[in-house]
Amino acid sequence: MDWPSVYLHEANCVSPLGLDLPTNWERLTEGHIGIVQADMGKCGNVFVGKMAEDAIIPRAPTATGTLLEHMMEIAAAPLVKKYKPTARTALVLSTTKGNISLLDSGDIEGARVSVLAKKIAARLGIHTKPVVVSHACISGLLAVIAAKRLIQMGQYDDAIVLAGDVVSEFVVSGFQAFQAMSPFPCRPFDKRRHGVSLGEAAACVYMSREKGAFKILGDGAINDANHISGPSRTGEGLCRSIAAAVQEAGIDIGSIDYISAHGTATLYNDEMESVAFSRLGLEQVPLNSLKGYYGHTLGASGLLELAVTMKSMEEGVLLPTQGFGEIGVSQPLNVLENITRQQTRRALKTASGFGGSNAAMIIERR
Amino acid sequence: MTDNMYIERSCRISENTIWLDGAPYWKGLPAASFIDFAKEAFRLLKVDYPKFYKMDNLSKLVFLAADFLLQQQDKDGIALVMANRSSSLDTDIKHQQSIQEKESFFPSPATFVYTLPNICEGELCIRHQLMTENIFLVDECFPTETIEMYAAYLLRSGKAKRVMCGWAELFQENYDAVLYLVGPNGEKEHTKKNIEDLFR
Repeated sequence: MDWPSVYLHEANCVSPLGLDLPTNWERLTEGHIGIVQADMGKCGNVFVGKMAEDAIIPRAPTATGTLLEHMMEIAAAPLVKKYKPTARTALVLSTTKGNISLLDSGDIEGARVSVLAKKIAARLGIHTKPVVVSHACISGLLAVIAAKRLIQMGQYDDAIVLAGDVVSEFVVSGFQAFQAMSPFPCRPFDKRRHGVSLGEAAACVYMSREKGAFKILGDGAINDANHISGPSRTGEGLCRSIAAAVQEAGIDIGSIDYISAHGTATLYNDEMESVAFSRLGLEQVPLNSLKGYYGHTLGASGLLELAVTMKSMEEGVLLPTQGFGEIGVSQPLNVLENITRQQTRRALKTASGFGGSNAAMIIERR
Repeated sequence: MTDNMYIERSCRISENTIWLDGAPYWKGLPAASFIDFAKEAFRLLKVDYPKFYKMDNLSKLVFLAADFLLQQQDKDGIALVMANRSSSLDTDIKHQQSIQEKESFFPSPATFVYTLPNICEGELCIRHQLMTENIFLVDECFPTETIEMYAAYLLRSGKAKRVMCGWAELFQENYDAVLYLVGPNGEKEHTKKNIEDLFR
């Protein structure tokens, strides 16, 4: 069967490093990091990529709503303005916990993800019913994969994919219970890495069948079938996800020029990724993780990192892995340590998460 | 390439009753809580799987529906495409209770891991060794067209051999699981109308 190609046109993001993608890019290339030490409710002194709330409220087009709603709206606004949604435009949302902090005051209905989705759709003026992907830490990338597949099936002509999550006492306390929080800003793939720093962000991409700047060549999202809270030691699900993406793309895996890895800086995740990349012969491909700048932004991360990858390819510049100094995984990897000029034609974006989930997507700059 | 797609089997669990292919299969005690119903239903399966008792209620519900659905089935290449209304809110509230008060602040990793709705799919993948495509969606009601299209994509693209689709809703004592297997064999065509009929 011949599938129509789907293209990524333009992306945007909101994070502690800035309220749009160009500002984020500028700050990233200057080596700024969004991770600070803060108290999250009863969890004191944790390293988190937290927004300064007073910086964002005046910029939000509507006056009421949660921080997450403001961030998602600001991320999507310029794209919705430029690519006017039609009756056949999908809104695909990605979040793991949405407005979960409303539970703290007993607002169970408000904490429902579908309530958030409805509000966002109404504010953005999108008339189709939102498709909400909630699939742990791969949600952001899986939302793009889902949008691409539904466009290929003809259910929609185009899509606004919007991902967002905020740091809350709810998630920080949970990661602390897992003893997975780093006592310093996280250090992906490094020998001294000691867990994640959580972060918050919103990211958005516009995609359609019309030719755009980046073509999606292939994707996969395959489960490890191994453990619900730890990755497979063999990287099986990630390997299979990448292999599925390569097969769909019909390319030689050796033509991948750059990998935007997941790189959470937990011992097991980064090790698993090194095993998976090495099994596929990708150990020489320049690779980075952006978690050292933003922290792990959960349901936003896959799309946030895809947005930065697109910008990176446009600029011909690869970013270093903030926090990385000395390789600390069992398999060799080409972890970027400095700002590197490189024309990247084909990039691989990956993500992995709780529930044994993995996702991979290969994009090509046109 | 699979252009003929059928709903091969279905299983529904709701109101203390298990239905297979639309016919009542087993009924628990009418006044039983979900947790008591789930224990009884699990015994009925006669499987040795102690992990079941550690799962949250959403995962228990989906585990039971999938186990009844997949009895005597070839499990090769079955992808998972599921949705629900309440995400993991049932367990979210339990985690919230464990962190609500400073005096009794005691979050548990065993609870926190279930504060994501896709974990129930992860449990099925482990149970049935499904190294396959997974997605979990949240919507107010079953997004029939999206699930139908997504499953059809996975089959037509060869990314799955069969797809276990369905609704996996649980919040406190309200639950409804409707799982169905889409594949190349059968009589009931994989159409919107036939999917909607499973929910009647």
